[in-house]
Amino acid sequence: MTGLASPTLRKAAPAAGSTPGVPQGPPRPRRTALLPTAALVLGALYCLLPVAWVVVAATKADDELFSTFTFLPGSGFADNLGDLTAYRDGIYWKWMGNSVLYAGLGALLSTAVSAFAGYGLAVYRFRGRELFFNVMLTGVLMPPVILAIPQYLLMAEADLTDSHVSVLLPLILSPYGVYLGRIYAEAAIPMELVEAGRVDGAGEWRIFSRIAVPLLAPGLVTIFLFQFVAIWNNFLLPFIMLGDDEKFPMTVGLFTLLKQGASQPALYTLVITGALLAVVPLIALFLVIQRFWSLDLLSGAVKS
Amino acid sequence: MPQITRRSLAAATAVLLGATALTACGSSDGEAGADSGPVKLTYWAWAPGMDKVAALWNAEHPDIQITVQKQASGDDLVTKIITAAKAHKGPDLVQAEYQALPTLVSNDALADISDEVQGAEKHFAPGVWQQTTFGGDAVYALPQDSGPLMFFYRKDLFEQYGLTVPTTWDQFAETARALKKKAPKKALTTFSANDAGLFAGLSQQAGAKWWTFEGDTWKVGVDDAATKKVTDFWGGLVAEGAVDNQPMYTPAWNNALNTGEQLAWVSAVWAPGVLTTAAPDTKGKWAMAPLPQWSAGENATGSWGGSSTAVTTDSKHKAAAAQFATWLNTDPEALAALVKESGIYPAATAAQTSGALAKAPGYFAGQPDFYTEAAEIAKTTAPAAWGPNVNVAYTAFKDEFGKAAKAKTAAAFGEALAAVQDTTVNDLTKQGFEVAK
Repeated sequence: MTGLASPTLRKAAPAAGSTPGVPQGPPRPRRTALLPTAALVLGALYCLLPVAWVVVAATKADDELFSTFTFLPGSGFADNLGDLTAYRDGIYWKWMGNSVLYAGLGALLSTAVSAFAGYGLAVYRFRGRELFFNVMLTGVLMPPVILAIPQYLLMAEADLTDSHVSVLLPLILSPYGVYLGRIYAEAAIPMELVEAGRVDGAGEWRIFSRIAVPLLAPGLVTIFLFQFVAIWNNFLLPFIMLGDDEKFPMTVGLFTLLKQGASQPALYTLVITGALLAVVPLIALFLVIQRFWSLDLLSGAVKS
Repeated sequence: MPQITRRSLAAATAVLLGATALTACGSSDGEAGADSGPVKLTYWAWAPGMDKVAALWNAEHPDIQITVQKQASGDDLVTKIITAAKAHKGPDLVQAEYQALPTLVSNDALADISDEVQGAEKHFAPGVWQQTTFGGDAVYALPQDSGPLMFFYRKDLFEQYGLTVPTTWDQFAETARALKKKAPKKALTTFSANDAGLFAGLSQQAGAKWWTFEGDTWKVGVDDAATKKVTDFWGGLVAEGAVDNQPMYTPAWNNALNTGEQLAWVSAVWAPGVLTTAAPDTKGKWAMAPLPQWSAGENATGSWGGSSTAVTTDSKHKAAAAQFATWLNTDPEALAALVKESGIYPAATAAQTSGALAKAPGYFAGQPDFYTEAAEIAKTTAPAAWGPNVNVAYTAFKDEFGKAAKAKTAAAFGEALAAVQDTTVNDLTKQGFEVAK
């Protein structure tokens, strides 16, 4: 949540400092805070160097990968791309499609569920509400990894393993999404607005879909992005659930390129190129959707 | 607002309803048509090109159709197979490494196919066959590929430094020391604490039996006399600095091979494939010799890697699955395709010198009889003795020997071996097996 509000806070901060009555002299020479800057630069390098490595390594041909200087761009990017596309009749792009399906549809459904549940928990009072919410919160603390095998055994009971549904279903209910949904709905939807809707004769569904959802939009975008990234990077659940490599998402698919048995060299160049391409949809998604974030908690219809 | 309660409950249950609705529509894409038409079998394998080999079978056998589902190899796959077996959702056939077979069998994942594969035994060397039967009457898999250990060295650099190819491990140590004297920056090879499989193969050559089964108790001999001998030998070389202590399969190691910083590699018959990517500049400069022996005149080797084809207990068509497994691993046409498409070294002795293996690999162009020699070495493979928790022993090896390789003292290696033994015994006991103390 803090990430959402921070751009506005940052803009608001200098204004708050200029209290009336204090003489506004010429701007004092700005002192650069050396230590924090150095720490941040180190942090940025720590995050960016591996990315730079992937970008550079993806341009290297097989025989350049480990023998030339690490950050010297190679000459094989087009070849790597061609090899990756040719690998087993383009199965990589099938994996990419699967990932888009799992992450896109999964995040959409999960966002819808989080919106319903979060709105319900925030707006309605009913017996067991806090209990339900607290049980949900323990779910936030539970790493999804330890649930993968129990979920597999459940799916096996329902005869659903090795299908697209088996990967989608466990991802739809996201405790963290519901948690965010409730917190956001509580902050963004004034009860006055809901009650005004009721007075005007709107049904509960109409209030939710016409009044609450537009207010919730920035929060829902956050939940969607969060879930999309989580599903996109998910490994263990699809790894356990799926046997058919035509249904693999990218994460599991690339793993099969890496582990081809002791007697076979791993297809490093293909894996690296594949990993680089796998980030592109995520970056594109963020660029497209981030503008919705500029809306913030202040958008609404009542004065507070 | 009490009047809201009913509606809010409805909202909350919508979550659950949504889930059930999906369950309902998803169940239709199950296993329709399983008992109509040809027998359909699924096969989890990781070897590259296996689907192409299966396509040959499918073309000739319209009544038994194989679908290869490519998986990632390793311990994770073993876990996946066991999980699937617990849920009775396993495939019909799996590719399994030899050392994983006891784990899979003790988890009731693999079927005994001794009745279905009668007569297959004669195609394989006894040391290899024994790994799929554990020396008993049951047959749990058919051997597919094997990895007999050999000694690979840079012929040109050996000549340059006046070194001779060692035939015993004593000579091997002398060679390593001689090289250090002539070129302190170079090393004969490295002791890798990351590759438990290689260490297991070297111990196997020395006669180690890590797991043995008698009556209904397991005996763990990770610290038996033979393994101690191997540990002391390599630990001593690392301690005196005669060989390097860095792990294999890292960019640094690739570089050391590529630039000739390391002159030799104790590895298996599949080494040429690895060298192609690890050391691209050294093509044609390598030669292969038998693994050095513990005493002159002996003739034994160990193995590193290698896998088999097994039929699962979940398979509804065990006979058909066993028929395919037999064809895959004994039929000349299938084996030729495996060598060509998957790049494996076949376990079936007849295939080790025919077809694509009649010619030496590119990296060993100076050694035209590479595969003839390799086949001779393969015959001398000592039997391996795997148990139900090889993965635990391997992980313990990486941890403990990793520390010892860093400490660079002979004593640390001895302690590491004792620690691996303890960890393995404790885990086996914890899993509920009877373990002899």
